[in-house]
Amino acid sequence: MSVLKAHDAVVRRGGHTILGPLSLEIGPGEMTALIGPNGSGKSTLLRLFSGIWKPDSGDVFLDGTAIGTRPRKEIARHISFVPQEMQIDFSFTVAEILAMGRYAHRGRFTPQSEADRTAISLAATECDVTHLLGRAVNTLSGGERQRVLIARSLVAQPEFILLDEPTANLDIQHALDILELCRALAQKGKTVIVATHDFNSVTRFVTRFVLLQSGRLVAEGPRDAVLTQKAIQNVFQVEAELVATKAGAPLYFFHQRGSY
Amino acid sequence: MSAPTSNALELNRTAGSRLRSSLFYAFLLPILFLCLLAAIGIGSSPIAWSTILRVIEYKVLPHEWTSSIQVTQADQVIVWLIRIPRVMVAFFVGAGLASAGVIMQALFRNPLAEPSLVGAGGGAVLGGVTAFVAGWSATSVLSLPLLAMLGSLLALVLVYVMSTRGGVTPVTTLLLSGVAVTALLFAISNLLISLNIVNWQIEQEIVLWMMGGLDARTWTHVWLCAPFVLLGLVASLIQTRDLDLLQLGEETAASFGVEVESSKRMLTLTAAILTGAAVAVSGMVGFVGLVVPHAVRLILGPSNRRLLPASVLTGGAFLVVCDLIARTIHPPTEIRLGIVTALFGGPLFIYLLLRRYRGAVNT
Repeated sequence: MSVLKAHDAVVRRGGHTILGPLSLEIGPGEMTALIGPNGSGKSTLLRLFSGIWKPDSGDVFLDGTAIGTRPRKEIARHISFVPQEMQIDFSFTVAEILAMGRYAHRGRFTPQSEADRTAISLAATECDVTHLLGRAVNTLSGGERQRVLIARSLVAQPEFILLDEPTANLDIQHALDILELCRALAQKGKTVIVATHDFNSVTRFVTRFVLLQSGRLVAEGPRDAVLTQKAIQNVFQVEAELVATKAGAPLYFFHQRGSY
Repeated sequence: MSAPTSNALELNRTAGSRLRSSLFYAFLLPILFLCLLAAIGIGSSPIAWSTILRVIEYKVLPHEWTSSIQVTQADQVIVWLIRIPRVMVAFFVGAGLASAGVIMQALFRNPLAEPSLVGAGGGAVLGGVTAFVAGWSATSVLSLPLLAMLGSLLALVLVYVMSTRGGVTPVTTLLLSGVAVTALLFAISNLLISLNIVNWQIEQEIVLWMMGGLDARTWTHVWLCAPFVLLGLVASLIQTRDLDLLQLGEETAASFGVEVESSKRMLTLTAAILTGAAVAVSGMVGFVGLVVPHAVRLILGPSNRRLLPASVLTGGAFLVVCDLIARTIHPPTEIRLGIVTALFGGPLFIYLLLRRYRGAVNT
């Protein structure tokens, strides 16, 4: 079971510090939400943790080894990043998209092995996209496409799955579907990190919250300790009212500052 | 759904795409053979296919085996020294430009990217013109393809840097940068030519070469382009899996284990070698890299493992036919090859652009 750890990590772009210095440890089997307004550094932190970006100072470690010193294929066997939905102009079938998830496990010329096929069909079953295998990915609905992207990251058999705004373009039902799927994966031992600004939708599913503001860590821990009315007011510049719900987790109801 | 069912589906799908590939090649290979035969046989003096085969046997097989073969000197000259080199150059140029198109489309994540549209062709032309006017082409024949490749590489890097931000290349900035860089490179090429008018005959040669055409191509031209095109093809076939993932976005590719930066460098270099080698012997022939991958993708799908080799053969066949049309449609004059390919490619380009603007791109 692996641990991802950022130690005093700083990311600068165009002369500005957009993240850090930030230290954070993500342990195995958790479902963590990175929460914060636009520009708070959620996506940047996901890119750091997935090794796609390198910190300008400080370090990110996977099991004690700096992630930047590992070959990309090796990182890909541990960590999978699902970026925000992008327009795909090429009509790959879902089966082809899933097969690409095995890149880090296959040589350049090795044909698909039994292990590859098993990983693909297990991931397809787990995310319920088996019936879509023959469809072109650019003909899928938003919800179907997101499931396919998660299935593709499972095909790589990573321990960590990092998702950037996975519910951003989905309607309520499909958003719940995706979060339910993420929770199921976490319960099966995957470590799931979800970046989102819409924390109302994730509170029921997530065990640990990381609140970010302007690239800095404001608070982290369980919901009640992190998402306090005061913290929300400071970070999101709105006033929050907590409404009890049958589901257990409270609903956050927002007001413009001063209107409450 | 259970895992065994999905396995069966997966197997079905693989079998389906294999069957489609087999059918594609079952049609393409005989058509390619017929195209080659027709392109060698048809012309101002028609040659029977049996004569063509006899000349090839006579030239290729050991002399002891061919002593009984009767071929006239004239047939030998027409078939072996005039038509075959020209057809081979056409094939390699078509194969090179088509595969360069496939690579560029993956690199720019854009089905509209193509050597003549993203500046690579203009860069290769400038490289070639430099070799001509500096007199290097007279000293070393290799300087022409090498400088064309270098020019192509520089232009590609320039357009990529201009049009791509954060791994995303919007089609408008790609095409505008391509147009701007091509215009600039052609202006420099023309300036170099104007400043170096010494010998009208050489000037005429350069200008005709720039317009794109395959008249008077010899075995030298075959040897100038074939090894580089083959090198580029091998390099690109090694990278088909990287190409697939890059087509889905750089972050996705990196996340699944592609070393994105080194992969992009290798692919840019490969595309430049292919474009440079083609342009060095044919001048600027547009749209081959757009028409061919697009047509093949419609039949075999976008997976580069299938798309690339099929585009190589289709591109070769396409240019052989275009060249045949160019030299036979209005005898005795030859139409420039670039005109024929543009007549095929221009409408397709307009169609793709319109479809993109209507917001429904399912290439």
